Amino acid sequence: MSEFSKPVIEYGQLWPLLVIFGVACAGVLVEAFAPRALRARTQTWLSLAGLTAAFVGVVVIGTGLSDNDGWRGGIVMEGALAVDGPTVFLWGLLLLISAAGVLLFAERKLEAGVSAFAGQAAALPGTEAEREASTQGLDHTEVFPLMMFAVAGMMMFTSANDLLTMFVGLEVLSLPLYLLSGLARRRRLLSQEAALKYFLLGAFSSGFFIYGIALVYGYSGSMNFAGINEAIANSTGNRGLLLAGMGLLAVGMLFKVGAAPFQAWTPDVYQGAPTAVTAFMSAATKVAAFGALMRLFYVAFGSERWSWVPLLWVVAILTMLVGSVLAIAQSDVKRMLAYSAIAHTGFLLTGVLGARSSGVLGEGAITSTQAVLFYLVTYAFTTLGAFAVVSLVRDGSGESTHLSRWAGLGKVSPVVAGVFALFLLSMAGIPLTAGFTGKWAVFASAMSAGAWPVVLVAVLSSAIAAFFYLRVIVLMYFSDPVGPGPSVTLPSALTTSAIALGVAATVVLGIVPGPVLDLAGAMGAFVR
Amino acid sequence: MTDFPWLSALVLLPILGGAVTAALPSRPAAVLPKQIALGTSTATAVLAAIVGIGYQAGGGMQFTETYEWIGAFGASYALGVDGIGLVLVLLTALLVPLVLLASWHDADTGNTSLFFSLVLLLEGLALAVFMAQDVFLFYVVFEATLIPAYFLVGRFGGVGRARAAMKFLLYMLAGGLIMLASVVGLYAVSADAGAPSYLISDLSQLDYSTWTGRWLFLGFFIAFAIKAPLFPVHTWLPDTTAAATPGTSVLLICVLDKIGTYGMLRFCLELFPEASQWATPVVVTLALISIVYGALMAIGQDDMLRLIGLTSLSHFGFIVLGIFVLNSQGMSGSTLYMFNHGLATAALFLVAGYLIRRRGSSLISEQGGVEKAAPVLAGMFLIAGLATLGLPGLSPFVSEFLVLVGGFDYHWLVGAVAVTGIVLAAIYVLLMYQRTMTGPTSPEIATMPDLNRREIGALAPLVLVMVLLGFYPQPMLDVINPTIESTMTSVGVTDDEPDVPADAAGDTEEEAK
Repeated sequence: MSEFSKPVIEYGQLWPLLVIFGVACAGVLVEAFAPRALRARTQTWLSLAGLTAAFVGVVVIGTGLSDNDGWRGGIVMEGALAVDGPTVFLWGLLLLISAAGVLLFAERKLEAGVSAFAGQAAALPGTEAEREASTQGLDHTEVFPLMMFAVAGMMMFTSANDLLTMFVGLEVLSLPLYLLSGLARRRRLLSQEAALKYFLLGAFSSGFFIYGIALVYGYSGSMNFAGINEAIANSTGNRGLLLAGMGLLAVGMLFKVGAAPFQAWTPDVYQGAPTAVTAFMSAATKVAAFGALMRLFYVAFGSERWSWVPLLWVVAILTMLVGSVLAIAQSDVKRMLAYSAIAHTGFLLTGVLGARSSGVLGEGAITSTQAVLFYLVTYAFTTLGAFAVVSLVRDGSGESTHLSRWAGLGKVSPVVAGVFALFLLSMAGIPLTAGFTGKWAVFASAMSAGAWPVVLVAVLSSAIAAFFYLRVIVLMYFSDPVGPGPSVTLPSALTTSAIALGVAATVVLGIVPGPVLDLAGAMGAFVR
Repeated sequence: MTDFPWLSALVLLPILGGAVTAALPSRPAAVLPKQIALGTSTATAVLAAIVGIGYQAGGGMQFTETYEWIGAFGASYALGVDGIGLVLVLLTALLVPLVLLASWHDADTGNTSLFFSLVLLLEGLALAVFMAQDVFLFYVVFEATLIPAYFLVGRFGGVGRARAAMKFLLYMLAGGLIMLASVVGLYAVSADAGAPSYLISDLSQLDYSTWTGRWLFLGFFIAFAIKAPLFPVHTWLPDTTAAATPGTSVLLICVLDKIGTYGMLRFCLELFPEASQWATPVVVTLALISIVYGALMAIGQDDMLRLIGLTSLSHFGFIVLGIFVLNSQGMSGSTLYMFNHGLATAALFLVAGYLIRRRGSSLISEQGGVEKAAPVLAGMFLIAGLATLGLPGLSPFVSEFLVLVGGFDYHWLVGAVAVTGIVLAAIYVLLMYQRTMTGPTSPEIATMPDLNRREIGALAPLVLVMVLLGFYPQPMLDVINPTIESTMTSVGVTDDEPDVPADAAGDTEEEAK
């Protein structure tokens, strides 16, 4: 037995993560001790302050990384976490998305003075208790600490450098999201169904993930990514174990990103969850899961590329086709955006499978990590903004998400319709919007790696997808309102700023993507 | 030449004018947005004229501006004009003010300032397309033109406009996305060969393997064939022209569709010479089918706007034929044809638009005897029609003739089939004239007012230029020929020496030396 030595913890590189965990815990204390009237306000400011502080930390660490003194980040916490370029980039992105998410969560003007979350989640829908909670104006301010826990989990997930830490991160990010999905104030049964479905399927996929961990450990004798990579390079052990383990890990990952054939939860959850949660979740989960997916496959299984790249080809093609074809048949805005999210997952996978070893890359050529990181930025802000706009179109019974209720929106509210049209055009990949540059980047990465069949399918499904995005634009601008027509509730400055952030990112990244793209390139090296 | 960025100014002026126009209050029939739009487009035309005067024939790419745009993609903001680009820039800058003048009251019932700002936006983007010297920039503005075009068709057209706009956009997007695959493919080739670059000048130096080149060529060609349009991907064309306002149709057919044929000449031939020669037999066949099929379909139409749309299918067949016969007469003729077709078809659309606005119907069977009630209108209609059918003395004749010479030079059979297009053109134009303008005048038509000064003002410049260039096309050919020669060199084809029978073509070769 060796002597116990005190573990070294690099607080200097980890403090953004620790701040978010701390804020989440402090949020729980606020729930316990602050008077009810003050909670919402306190929670909002606490979360925003924590996110700002963490973002400052990320910028400081990132500046250290981009200085050309050769330090490209390192393994910290005794090998549990890696703070390198992609980690810092994704942390920054996650924190920005979360700040916008906090703004959406804090919105109270749309529901006339209360938040979009259930007054008392424990009260059964349709009972006296629910009505009482509603008349008293009760409110679940726990959503803020829950969200902070999810954010901390996501940050951990993207930076995890061994399989166990990665699993812990996965669970820490997932559990709060399951809860948040079930807290809608309106249409509570739908929301609870969504939460249950998400939880059951999520738990199932976690089982796959952990079984995969066991098999890979059995093959390599290491939880650590560097150790796994070394074992593969030396091709020790039973390859059957490795392949089965890799496949099971992929199932867990592909479930989280919502890739076919594991996409079934996405539309139900996106539709049932409160729209603010959907906005946050659709952006942040995708970012975190793709960060982790790339780290797992590039760092741990990089030497085994020829086994998983063909798998990703099939999954990417299937995902793009399923997403864009099924989206055509949707009549609900949130479900349509959910299927579009699936299609975008396919595009992101197209970028991921463009991985090549650095030796064959031409000078100045775009790398797959760079392309995927950039796509995540463009997609996250667009989808966040789009769902935020969905929360504005309402009638007496809450949000009117049925597409027929959106007819003639362009005449009723040109600004809201214009903003939504911008987001749709970006998702369709029309030039001069962020969606186009993002799409170009991932296609170029895949094409350079010789995956032209995938790019062809991607182009084809973009054409299919354009159809259903345009249909909504036609509906908004060229159709006459049905019945009383859609009505737009004016939001407070909170939602407005979240949407403005989305619009700004969509336009700026469409016209001058250079700086962010270069940043993604500079930050694009994983450490092992 | 001074250092002033003339070409950027040419792009930005209409876009800024469009932004100003859009910001004005959108009262129906407001006059101020119209005046600002007309002023901006006239100023743009003056700028274009300055560029045209400053252009030195045979001097290669001129007025170039190159700045790095997106380093990681190898994309630059690079503008420049050569003979082919200049011709189309001049056409665009000439047509837009005339279209605005002719469409003065077309948007009075809707959002007036939106209509005029969309037209200006479209003008700026279209000019950028013709001047882009970087494939990425070209692609971006190529696709961006769809947005104003879509809203112009969908918001301001006639019956069935939403459906037509959707069909138009889906066709265009499908073509654009196919081209995107090739654009991305070019990046992959360029990045493999060294630092990635999208400049046309860099890309034309690349070596492709035979099949890489052919696949990339196909991506570009299909997109341009949809845009042009060419049989069998033309079906969006008559639906769109039938539903859009005549002014919008002029912009779509006479300006935007030229991007298709321009793209074939600039990108397909210069970047993929081997693949272009490989594809020639198929493309020539498709072009011939377009010529004959478009003309036959036009004869059978009762809707004037559909009819004019289909005549354009036939004419685009001629243009594509001229490009892909790969000889100097054909290519010069095609480039000139793009300009002349723009003039003639614009005149025809605008006169038809005047007539339809007065009669309230676009059906030929609803007209008759107009020449007694509105002789000036009938006269203009006749001139525009004769130009379309290629009457000697009007400019389209020269270009049609050159293309036919090129066709006969390629193979006598090709020339012979193409000539039937001219015969058919005479049938559809004269039949339309006879049915609408002559015959007994019905009471509704008898009270029809003749053209007013604004309407004549919008047509007069077109007629003037057609007559001038009909008798003296040499200034245009002087601009076009040197550029075509350099294109021929980069494709690696030369003219067959002796058997060029036409004097016109022989002369131009002398002049170019």
